Amino acid sequence: MKKTALLIIAVLGILLLRAAEDLPFWGDPQSPASVHLSDYYLEESYEETSVPNIVTSVLADYRGYDTMFETVVIFCAGITVLIVLRRTHRRRAKVISPRPERPGADIILQTAARLLVPMMQLFALYVVAHGHHSPGGGFQGGVILGSSLILLALSYDIQMALHRFKEKLVLLFSAGGVLLYAAIGLACLFLGRNFLAYGAWAALLGISEPEAHSHGMLGVEIGVAITVLCIMFSLYIDLASGGDLDEGL
Amino acid sequence: MEDLLAYIISRYNYWAAIILLLIGLYGMIAKNNLLKKVIGMTIFQAAIILFYVSIGDKRGATIPILAHGHDGAHQAVEAAAYANPLPHVLMLTAIVVGVSTLGVALAILQKIYRVHGTIEEDEILETIDQ
Repeated sequence: MKKTALLIIAVLGILLLRAAEDLPFWGDPQSPASVHLSDYYLEESYEETSVPNIVTSVLADYRGYDTMFETVVIFCAGITVLIVLRRTHRRRAKVISPRPERPGADIILQTAARLLVPMMQLFALYVVAHGHHSPGGGFQGGVILGSSLILLALSYDIQMALHRFKEKLVLLFSAGGVLLYAAIGLACLFLGRNFLAYGAWAALLGISEPEAHSHGMLGVEIGVAITVLCIMFSLYIDLASGGDLDEGL
Repeated sequence: MEDLLAYIISRYNYWAAIILLLIGLYGMIAKNNLLKKVIGMTIFQAAIILFYVSIGDKRGATIPILAHGHDGAHQAVEAAAYANPLPHVLMLTAIVVGVSTLGVALAILQKIYRVHGTIEEDEILETIDQ
């Protein structure tokens, strides 16, 4: 098995390294990937969307449909983990093994976590809200928000984190984030434009069309952040406790 | 010697991605422990992400965020001065989706361990045969 694997790897490696010679030089401004569409985004996106962070404008506007379904993928992954791991109370009682005794709470760890968590959450909100003008956006901010809750669950225990943010709420919000995204897209449809064509909001909000694009993006980024936050937290609590949510690491 | 050095420097980003990719693929094929296979998958993923991000790079270019004043003053954009934003967008979502798929993989591993009592591939195959 190992020899076959090595052989496959060797052949593939030689093929790939040989093929790499035909790829453009590293950092070549004229490489095929960096002309055509990329130049259009760089030159026109500010005029069209009034968002200086081109990564955000491509993510949430030009490729908004793609990003919406990326969010759905994350949502589905969270639900799948839940379906795979969750056991009914009866089946749990049958196979339950005595969990090791928890060591006493660590006061240094808990104090540090208590100081860190609000800072992280504030910073995450900044990352979400300022994602148009600086590196950041829904995915990044959502992950930071999620990790602040995971830090809480790690330094205290899962019960404490769940007391702050009930599991039912976690799941409701994770669906709500995706729905918020889809609702903003659908509203554009009802306002007489294409799905996720945020320009439709311009007349309603009384702003110019590029600004409407900017606001529409902020809306969907918030939806993405909510879903990512909830799914990251849900992934952690389910994986750490084997789906039982009693206690984990 | 100069030529060789120039040859290496011109494309070593691809070589790094290829070597990482091969390490990941080897882990996925050859390792017996399912958790190690998952680690191989993650290394593979990292290779793809590195490959895409290095494609988006331009020599002397800065991050694809336009300089802008408070009053919205804005000059014409020179495309060569900013890195290609498209690979960054694609990888941004790929990273988060990668974390989610890793979560699903770990959940399935936990389930396998519950049913079979092991995550070694050959031992699982033995218990299935019985």
